[in-house]
Amino acid sequence: MNSIESKLLDRRQFLKLSTGSTAALVLGFCWPLNGKDSVSGEDVTFVPNAYLKIHSNDTVSVIMPRSEMGQKIYTALPQIVAEELEADWSKIKVIQGDLNEVYGSQTTGGSASVRTQYDRLRKAGATAKAMLIQAAATTLNVPVSECHAESGYVHHSRSDRILSYGSLVALANTLAVPKNVILKDPKAFHIIGKAYKSLDGVGKVDGSIKFGYDFELPEMLTAVVARIPKYGGSIVTFDATEALKVPGVTKVAPISAGVAVLAENSWAALQGRKKLVVKWNDGPHAKLNSKKISDDLHIALEQEGTIIRAEGDTDKALKTAERQIDLTFEVPYLDHAPQEPNNCTAHVHNGICEIWAPTQNPGAAWWAAKSVTQFDDENIKIHTLRMGGAFGRKLQSDYVRDAVEVAQLTKLPVKVIRTRSEDLKNGFYRPSTVHQVKVGLDRNNKLVSWNHKLSGPQDGWAPIITGGADELAYDIPNQKVSYVMTKQPIPIGAWRSVAHTQNAFVHESMVDEVARKTGRDPLAFRRELLKNRPRHLGVLDLVEKHSKWGKPLKDNRAQGLAVHYSFNSYVAIVIEISEAKKGLHVERVTAAIDCGTVINPDGVRAQVEGGIVMGLTAALYGEITIDQGEVEQTNFHNYRLLKMDKMPEINIHIVESTEPPTGVGEPPVPPTPPALMNAIAALTGKRLSRLPLKSQLG
Amino acid sequence: MTLLTFTLNGKKQSVDVPPATPLLWVLRDTLKLTGTKYSCGKGLCGSCTVHVDGEPRKSCTLPVSKVEGKTVLTIEGLGARGLHPVQKAWIEDEVAQCGYCQPGQIMTAVALLDDNAHPTDSDIEDAMKGILCRCGTYQRIKKAIHTAAEEA
Repeated sequence: MNSIESKLLDRRQFLKLSTGSTAALVLGFCWPLNGKDSVSGEDVTFVPNAYLKIHSNDTVSVIMPRSEMGQKIYTALPQIVAEELEADWSKIKVIQGDLNEVYGSQTTGGSASVRTQYDRLRKAGATAKAMLIQAAATTLNVPVSECHAESGYVHHSRSDRILSYGSLVALANTLAVPKNVILKDPKAFHIIGKAYKSLDGVGKVDGSIKFGYDFELPEMLTAVVARIPKYGGSIVTFDATEALKVPGVTKVAPISAGVAVLAENSWAALQGRKKLVVKWNDGPHAKLNSKKISDDLHIALEQEGTIIRAEGDTDKALKTAERQIDLTFEVPYLDHAPQEPNNCTAHVHNGICEIWAPTQNPGAAWWAAKSVTQFDDENIKIHTLRMGGAFGRKLQSDYVRDAVEVAQLTKLPVKVIRTRSEDLKNGFYRPSTVHQVKVGLDRNNKLVSWNHKLSGPQDGWAPIITGGADELAYDIPNQKVSYVMTKQPIPIGAWRSVAHTQNAFVHESMVDEVARKTGRDPLAFRRELLKNRPRHLGVLDLVEKHSKWGKPLKDNRAQGLAVHYSFNSYVAIVIEISEAKKGLHVERVTAAIDCGTVINPDGVRAQVEGGIVMGLTAALYGEITIDQGEVEQTNFHNYRLLKMDKMPEINIHIVESTEPPTGVGEPPVPPTPPALMNAIAALTGKRLSRLPLKSQLG
Repeated sequence: MTLLTFTLNGKKQSVDVPPATPLLWVLRDTLKLTGTKYSCGKGLCGSCTVHVDGEPRKSCTLPVSKVEGKTVLTIEGLGARGLHPVQKAWIEDEVAQCGYCQPGQIMTAVALLDDNAHPTDSDIEDAMKGILCRCGTYQRIKKAIHTAAEEA
């Protein structure tokens, strides 16, 4: 018999001996009855705050204020709560929180879930623990100071008695919530920092977990929308005669984004859409193509820019520089292409609009529903569903709007699904940008001037294009960063790591080029310019060691390096490539990340692996192109993703740190493309400054 | 409508659907087995992979009439009597991120190991390269296939 079992027997003994105490009786009965109150038969649940429910069967439900899309916060966030709660990890369950203002922002983006929820989740756990200890002390009639919590029990060591959390819920519920609780000393962490397996791991391998696309309600219809193909286009007329002949198609009607086909099942809806005849108005952008967009961006650079960083006098420094190096960079539009295309279920009935959306942004989903229905606030309900990948795409609510508009056409609930083609053609893309960089060096080849001017297709908020451009980490006395925006009808949005994707590519390619042109080791050169940036240096040290940087390589191999700070984290990447008859191959990636306190090291590794793959995919193949006013890419044959046979070996190293936790999902992406381009420059002597690679290699 | 019969996850199954309906939508919409995923609809990504008579097939482009009289295994059937060694390896090596493509990855890996109990890295790459994962879990998929091969 282990010690817990022996203590449980003691506890039963204790309960048997405690007579006359209502609390003890209730506790005594509700413990074996698995969550039912002995008197009322109702579930007894301790709800100390919006993040926690502790049930009388000892289960601890942690309510997620953010959404799950593969970043594994369904495991990392519970680890934070469980640490302070001193919970039994095997008793933890996860519940997705719906939209509720008590949580503040519920937008899942900016690699922010852990870093913004860390303190409040710790406090939530610590508060509940304090109340459970109080309840136990009252029950045992001992001082609180003699009790401590451990693995789902409150222990009273002096009398060797223990009470499970579940047995304390009824009493704990009656206690005042303490305002100030003491958080644990991180040195005592035993759950935070451990590579716990995902709580939803089984559901992800047996087909049981449900994504938005899998959501179903009784009597639900499925709809697809024939969307207006060209930017700025519109519907002239449509003929639904043939579509309505498809068995299962129930209705065809226009919505603002196109013509919706409602049916009893997905296949009928898809067939109906195929049979639908729509006459489109091409609109004002019917001649727009990628060349024109690129030309606009290049021409824009001739204009005076809006300055976002100015230090010293770059113009003067350039004029007096001993040597000037100029490069122009260009990156294309990119789609997120999560494996699960956008979809949303809506039910509009009796003045109520209910939404079930796989979304990173339930707040925006609410606004979309509100703006379409104009229903009273309390009659709009948003339920957040699990996403099959998102990468920023599901921050948008265009697909929620579609669903609400379609749901208004019927009394039944309806799931509006997109095909891959519709998803790719109707994205909110990482913007295409052009960057002109001019740097000046003095007679000692010291970088004295940095002048970066970029142009992008603005759609409102400039930092979605300029973010990170104004945060060059290198110590250069004269710096100027400015931008010029052009107007394009193509929607843009946050794509994993947002503007850092293009600006890190520019920074890290340019600095590497200067090192190469002046005959210096790219790592030593960076180190010199980062003397006052200890955390940059930390990740550089790690990749230097583990990539065997500077050591002799096999023939036809070379390494490239990049380091970048984003979302409060530091990542350095070394990519080793080889060249053979069949072309370039990415052999090995060594990465180091400093993301402060690590909640789950395996989760961090998974995100870094994924970020590197996404960065490589973008660098090698990623490109959304426009022709005749519409997106040309329609599926994975012309919007390619990296496949397993091109997958390099990836090794990841995490800086040990007691700093607060910082972002993980996005920071590995930005340094990956420049590390690859720098490796190519090292191998071939050729500086490629336009992405993706496919358009430049034979 | 025609009544079509096949064996699904070990049981006889009849469906009354247009024969051209892809097996994917019959599984998901008619039979409510949503573990098999839609992602590309053109046989390009493999998220919809199931076994037909033991062979991995992309169910999004396979008319249900083609499986009449045949045996179909989906992700739900694979682990019905306890998790398959490949599913266990997937958990052990913490492969899944979002998890959306993983049923297709797992069904493809199971078919590979049925044919080749101890595949090399290059065998794995050949068998798995048609199955896309946007989260980028390929390194772990390869590792988990080796894990499953060792433990089987």
